[in-house]
Amino acid sequence: MSYFSDIYKGIKTLLTGMSVTGGYFLHARKGAITQEYPDNRETLKMFDRFRGEVVMPHNADNRHYCTGCQSCEIACPNGSIEIIWDRAVDPATGKKKKKIDKHIYHLSMCTMCGLCIEACPTDAIVWAPNFENSVYDRSALTKVLNQPGSSVLDGIED
Amino acid sequence: MNFLQMIIPLNITKTISDWISSIMPETAASYTIMVVIAVAYLALFAVAGLYLVLLERKVAAWFQLRIGPNRVGPWGLLQTMADALKLVSKELTSTIKIDKFLYNLAPYFVIVSALMAMAVFPFSKQFQAFDINIGVFFLIAISSIGVIGILLAGWSSNNKYALIGAMRSGLQTISYELSVGLSILTMVLLTGTLQLSEIVEAQRTGGWLILQGHIPSIIAFMIFMVAGTAETNRAPFDLVEAESELGAGFHTEYSGMKFAYFFLAEFINMFIISSIAVVLFFGGWLSPFGITENIAWFPEVIWFLIKVLGLIFLMMWFRWTFPRLRVDQLLTLEWKYLLPLNLMNLMLMAIIIWLNWTI
Repeated sequence: MSYFSDIYKGIKTLLTGMSVTGGYFLHARKGAITQEYPDNRETLKMFDRFRGEVVMPHNADNRHYCTGCQSCEIACPNGSIEIIWDRAVDPATGKKKKKIDKHIYHLSMCTMCGLCIEACPTDAIVWAPNFENSVYDRSALTKVLNQPGSSVLDGIED
Repeated sequence: MNFLQMIIPLNITKTISDWISSIMPETAASYTIMVVIAVAYLALFAVAGLYLVLLERKVAAWFQLRIGPNRVGPWGLLQTMADALKLVSKELTSTIKIDKFLYNLAPYFVIVSALMAMAVFPFSKQFQAFDINIGVFFLIAISSIGVIGILLAGWSSNNKYALIGAMRSGLQTISYELSVGLSILTMVLLTGTLQLSEIVEAQRTGGWLILQGHIPSIIAFMIFMVAGTAETNRAPFDLVEAESELGAGFHTEYSGMKFAYFFLAEFINMFIISSIAVVLFFGGWLSPFGITENIAWFPEVIWFLIKVLGLIFLMMWFRWTFPRLRVDQLLTLEWKYLLPLNLMNLMLMAIIIWLNWTI
């Protein structure tokens, strides 16, 4: 008589499902996962793996880690990154050395694929959790990542 | 006009009906009172339907650990009002090659049949518009008319998805009407009357019918809730409007207020199914254990509404828990499980009444 045991099993599994959702319902007020975004702007914390835009971190002495190797520019599939570079005499060694003049990042073209960050040998560029990227003029989306007057940290090539 | 027991236990309605009778001849007065009752019910249940939509959205949000509408008015209480205003102001669009007459007629079929059913419910001892002695039969008959509106909507839209949705609706209603009818019949065996107010009175002594009929009553209640959910085309039986397969099913081509009629009718139908269950199983407007029976001023309609809202919550719980059935699973459930169980249950109830084993 699998007929009646089917009915019994059916009712049992339905009640199991209802107890699960009923449990959610009971503590929905405390456990709500909704972020009320514009209201909680001060306390909103984005996730570690969130891809907002590419930034170049600088330390307190206005130094960055970018050696101007152009790996990111080559890795970028749609030309979002342009590096304007130059050669200058390194005061420590007295030899001519490659250095970046401007690391230009077109946020308007970027697809957030992350290949540039994977390609970077010195971790000079990272993801930032900033997602408020609306601007009134698209030229504002072309950003120079290295700050004016910054230079590469010594010994980063070694 | 003895069926016109239009008497809400507030003195204001008595005053109005006396006043209308005093300024008009008798026939004209009774017709005017009918129109007044109809307009009052229409306004009441349109607003009630809107708040059921809000309740559904809130309950759905809590089941999914969200917050739900909370921006329009305090706690979002005006959200569905704003939605309805928006829908009223929208353009009524239509596609080419539709059957214009049937296309425009269909939403009214659905909403009118839903509102007609409301007339016979005893919300409290006095709050009942139309107390006929075949109330249960009238309800079953009226609730089947709504599906004609859905079939017309699907047919006249000149859209394959709408037609598939409408045909599924016809299939579903024909199948599940049997279970609804038989489970109601099981309870009617117990009371011996089809008049809703007398069914409620029969529960004043001897307890609610779900206790009086014990085992077969509980089985009938479970079958009624399953079949009733299917009757209202709600999830998990929402393959009529199956968003993921059919766009929006039979109301794909409707916009503005005509769409709102279909939407509102779904929620009023949910209210009707819950009301039938409350009258047949849970004692209508009678208070549990008669706790407010001796308080004369206590509005008994509150007990009715509490019970109805409890059952509506149960149906919403179903909706946000169970996945949608396939068509073949739908028919298997009805013809292989619900119908034979229902017939056995009917026999069991008859035997119990014959042997006088009711509580």
